[in-house]
Amino acid sequence: MEALLHQIFAGLASGSIYASIGLALVMIYRSTHHLNFAQGEMATFSTFIAWWLIEGGWPYWGVFVFTVAVSFAGGVLLQRLVLRPLEKAPVLTNVIVFIGLLVIFNALSGWLFDYTIKAFRSPFPRDAFYASRFLSAHEVGAMVVMLCVLAALYLFFRFSSLGLAMRAAAQNPESARLVGIRVSWMLAIGWGLAAAIGAVAGMMVAPIVFLDPGMMAGILLYGFASALLGGIDNPWGAVVGGLIVGVLENLLGAYIIGTELKLTVALLLIVAILTLKPDGLFGRTTVSRV
Amino acid sequence: MPRLLEVRGLEAFYGSTQALFGLDFGLAIGAITALLGANGAGKTTTLRAISQMVTVSGSIVFDGEELVGKPTETVARRGIAHVPEGRGTFVALTVEENLRLGAITRRDLPAVAADMQRMYERFPRLGVRRHQQAGTLSGGEQQMLAIARALMLRPRLLLLDEPSFGLAPRIVAEIFQIMRQINREDRVSMLLVEQNAQSALDISHEAYLLETGRTVRSGPSKDIRLDEKVRRTYLGM
Repeated sequence: MEALLHQIFAGLASGSIYASIGLALVMIYRSTHHLNFAQGEMATFSTFIAWWLIEGGWPYWGVFVFTVAVSFAGGVLLQRLVLRPLEKAPVLTNVIVFIGLLVIFNALSGWLFDYTIKAFRSPFPRDAFYASRFLSAHEVGAMVVMLCVLAALYLFFRFSSLGLAMRAAAQNPESARLVGIRVSWMLAIGWGLAAAIGAVAGMMVAPIVFLDPGMMAGILLYGFASALLGGIDNPWGAVVGGLIVGVLENLLGAYIIGTELKLTVALLLIVAILTLKPDGLFGRTTVSRV
Repeated sequence: MPRLLEVRGLEAFYGSTQALFGLDFGLAIGAITALLGANGAGKTTTLRAISQMVTVSGSIVFDGEELVGKPTETVARRGIAHVPEGRGTFVALTVEENLRLGAITRRDLPAVAADMQRMYERFPRLGVRRHQQAGTLSGGEQQMLAIARALMLRPRLLLLDEPSFGLAPRIVAEIFQIMRQINREDRVSMLLVEQNAQSALDISHEAYLLETGRTVRSGPSKDIRLDEKVRRTYLGM
């Protein structure tokens, strides 16, 4: 029983990381209907920046804030320079560009910071009072950080004018322009937010899986599975989906298929959702009268 | 009479298909102007051209400023609110969020809140449904929401694309009544596109008749109403 509980809690901890990567994917999907394959590698690159600064002697939380800000700016810049010219391009063009970005960011991480596996510091002391038999201090801390990110996003989209403008631009770009919203900039801010969320996820997962340029490859797949399970255009679905995927993966890995085949769970889940229930668990159904 | 909007030699294109062939017209400050014509005459395209939603050439001067070549959002920010064909409602957002979006470019927040209150007084049914998803509103309510959203911009010019489309006559009469009231009390100039020539001529001060992307008649609405061709083709008399 205790082993089972342990597996479930560990699943929730990794699930919160998957949830945030899923959330970053949803953020871009909602406004552009594209899945950003480079999301994971962008997060890894951000994490390397953080690692480099920490090695340089900066205080952890200063690095954290700085990395999130730099990632946000990088995401905005990427949309402005690379993706804006493609706004009217066909899907395939975008897919190729995303794959290109994936390769570029992966190579950039390896070239600048080399391919050796690095330990990444956790800001949460090992013997903190919130550490327990079931969850390490870092796991608890990572979950709390992810919850804070979620709460901040919720408040931003629900109550701020900019958040409202972004939702409007995602739903009905033409009407959004007619009320004066600069739709293209809203997409850029969406990219910035996605990159920032990815950076947080990267910094939270690196102490667990260790930092190397391929760190996010598997996690991105779990992120895809989370986003799809929750309904690809539903941010809260992505979060619930992430937690479910985390727990499922852990339990199946521990009791049924073994750790080597864990990643297969994500792939199977993706295929199963796409064929059986493409809208996911919480896909949007909009009621409309005309 | 001073002109709020002056259109000269306006041509519009959808890809390589030309839809307007050198339109000339002007809008008087504070007036309601109607654009009449059959399906495909270019009425909707004219509104889309003003909002820079189609490729255009020629000249559109609004309050001394050239609009051709500016992005759609800039046209809106200059004070031209456009209620598009199909109403352009943000269906997944609430009524209140739709109204907030109408005023999203404004910085005078206390005045925005006051305007929102005025909209609920003018359109009581929107007040009742303010927290409801806009997509669940009836057609007439959605049209009222579209007009209210446009007014939240505090526009100097309101472009209305077939506000009567698909609505029951009683609702149409109510909406036209409100439009007249807005024009008189808030001094919002309007450019109205209508299939329903009778109502459009009743409410408007001036009218233009469009045929295949050109203006063929223009003048005060009371004169246009007496025009033989208009009577025969559009009023069925």
